[in-house]
Amino acid sequence: MDPAFTLLTLGLLAAATAAMSLRHLVACALCLVAVFLAGAGLFLHLGAEFLAFAQVLVYVGAISILIVFALLLTRTRGAESAPLCARPRGWGLAVAGGVTGLLLAAVGTARLPAGAAPPRPAVPVRELGLELMSRQVPALLVVGLLLTAALIGAVVLALREPPAGGEKEPPA
Amino acid sequence: MSPLERYLVVAALLFGIGLAGALTRRNAILALAGIELMLTAVNLNLIAFWRHGGHDAGAAGLVFVLFVIAVAAAETAVGLALIIALFRHRRTVHLDEADQLRG
Amino acid sequence: MVDLLEHAPLTVGRWIVQRVPEAWQPVAGALLGAAVLVGVFAGLFALTTWLERKGLARMQNRPGPNRVGPAGLLQPAADGLKMLFKEDLRPFAAERWVHTLAPLLKVVPVVCALAVIPFGRHLVALDLDAGLVFFFAMGSVTEVALFMAGWGSRNKYSLLGAMRAIAQLISYEVPLALAALTAVLVAGSLSLPAIVDSQAGWYPGGLARWHVFTPWGLAGVVLFFTAATAKANRAPFDLPEGESEIIAGHLVEYSGFKYALFFLGEYLLLFGYSAVGITLFLGGWRAPVAWLEWIPSYAWFALKLLACIAGFIWLRGTVPRLRADQLMHFAWKFLLPLGLAANFAAVLWQATAGWTFAGATLVRWALAAGLVLVPYQVLGRALLGTAAAGPRRYRFAE
Repeated sequence: MDPAFTLLTLGLLAAATAAMSLRHLVACALCLVAVFLAGAGLFLHLGAEFLAFAQVLVYVGAISILIVFALLLTRTRGAESAPLCARPRGWGLAVAGGVTGLLLAAVGTARLPAGAAPPRPAVPVRELGLELMSRQVPALLVVGLLLTAALIGAVVLALREPPAGGEKEPPA
Repeated sequence: MSPLERYLVVAALLFGIGLAGALTRRNAILALAGIELMLTAVNLNLIAFWRHGGHDAGAAGLVFVLFVIAVAAAETAVGLALIIALFRHRRTVHLDEADQLRG
Repeated sequence: MVDLLEHAPLTVGRWIVQRVPEAWQPVAGALLGAAVLVGVFAGLFALTTWLERKGLARMQNRPGPNRVGPAGLLQPAADGLKMLFKEDLRPFAAERWVHTLAPLLKVVPVVCALAVIPFGRHLVALDLDAGLVFFFAMGSVTEVALFMAGWGSRNKYSLLGAMRAIAQLISYEVPLALAALTAVLVAGSLSLPAIVDSQAGWYPGGLARWHVFTPWGLAGVVLFFTAATAKANRAPFDLPEGESEIIAGHLVEYSGFKYALFFLGEYLLLFGYSAVGITLFLGGWRAPVAWLEWIPSYAWFALKLLACIAGFIWLRGTVPRLRADQLMHFAWKFLLPLGLAANFAAVLWQATAGWTFAGATLVRWALAAGLVLVPYQVLGRALLGTAAAGPRRYRFAE
């Protein structure tokens, strides 16, 4: 096994476990950043340069920062002692374990292409762009629409509502 | 293990961890984070299949990952906005306390 | 002679690499590249602190550093020594690991980001196909470092400063990316050397075909450097560290070497954004006029970089700091629409490239310039309201 893959994988899984099980929420978010970075490392290891950078740009630069902001905006007292889990933890873990077992069994029994097959060469960004603008145009348009809708929706949802008296907030 | 299998196993484990977090954590934001982990695992799978998966399908796997990343960004933005709106109304982000259908 | 100068850095590098055993040569080459990058930019950092202190002092009618060495030139060395010997304090309540890792996470990605920039005709450490995306991705990692610094210090001023900084960085990421996109649209590539190549050639009269000499490029360069000023935390956008309001923000609990690392990271980021701006719009390492092409390419790049730094110092000395709400309004209501307009202008420029009738160049110029200038005027007047209508009044200077 090559060391880069082993290190990245161990880091990825350890950080993911920590992110999902630590009590301190901000520590969870920082572990999440580590997961995303290790994931980008694995993408790079697989030769998907552009996607690794996109992963860092979107997940590390935007999504985890958003999560941190949300965590700090919604801090409540007594979070140190409140129970971590909503339902009995055993059930959730059992379901997750079952699904993972199923996936692993599927991987184990599937007839995958032999490892001897030469890996595909890296795709230049230009080719990716051409693919996006030729075969995938409808999907691209739909994603654009989705992102716009999400942007507007998020702003509307998070907008501070005027106080009950119907007065507008004084201009800042 | 072949290179493809190694990646599939890693992705399956990551998916399981994310699923466990999404199912058990009480804080809605961390449940959302669990979903992000699952999406990352899916992306890892897609890229691994693109790289090692025999049949020639051009860059379709990569394009798919690009779409997943975009959708994940949209999903997080809306999800966090929802959670903040919930927090403003009910002063809580715990999933088990948000069980009333009226604001 | 010209060729010799042009290849001089490569020749020296190859000579050094050949001293090591055959098997280690690739590793040695990579290490040498990294060492040169770090060394040159650390030196530039030292020079810039001196330039900045001297320049600001001149603008404020005082001599500036003049005790250490000739004209105070050794001041950076003295500052560095002072920083090294200062006690490294860590607050008792701080998160130990987060507080310690934050400065490293600030510096390392920025150094990595510098590797993709073509500093000369043959001087690019890492020619990535998606170089620009790599640069922006590394730049966005520093946001996490800021948050770690602010939160890990367990100080409310730190946290407030970090949140301000992150809000600012995220907001200005959008206009920055949009401004960079104009050049990408026209060059048709995300690789920085390819973007430099797209600016090759001369206009009749010997002027270089840089992107800045087109209407959309001019708009792009102004937008890019405005957003870059904010992204690099420089005055007039230095609210996250506004020392008179939130006492240095996320840096308040840092001292000694860690503080110096943050400082280094910030300046390296400034150099990085300047270098990318130069590469995208100002022709990279290319000469501005044909008869000056004999000067080696890296000298041109260094000259442009120093000019950009001088511009940033000038800006810092003359423009007052913005308020937090003005900062956000400026990004979302003004820069973002203008960035979109500049992109439309770039698309129009590219779409009309085939026009050959008499006066086509004039028509193209008029169309693209109108597409940028009309939104600029309309938006400016709409946002400033009545303030823009009358003659400018200086209320406090009467």
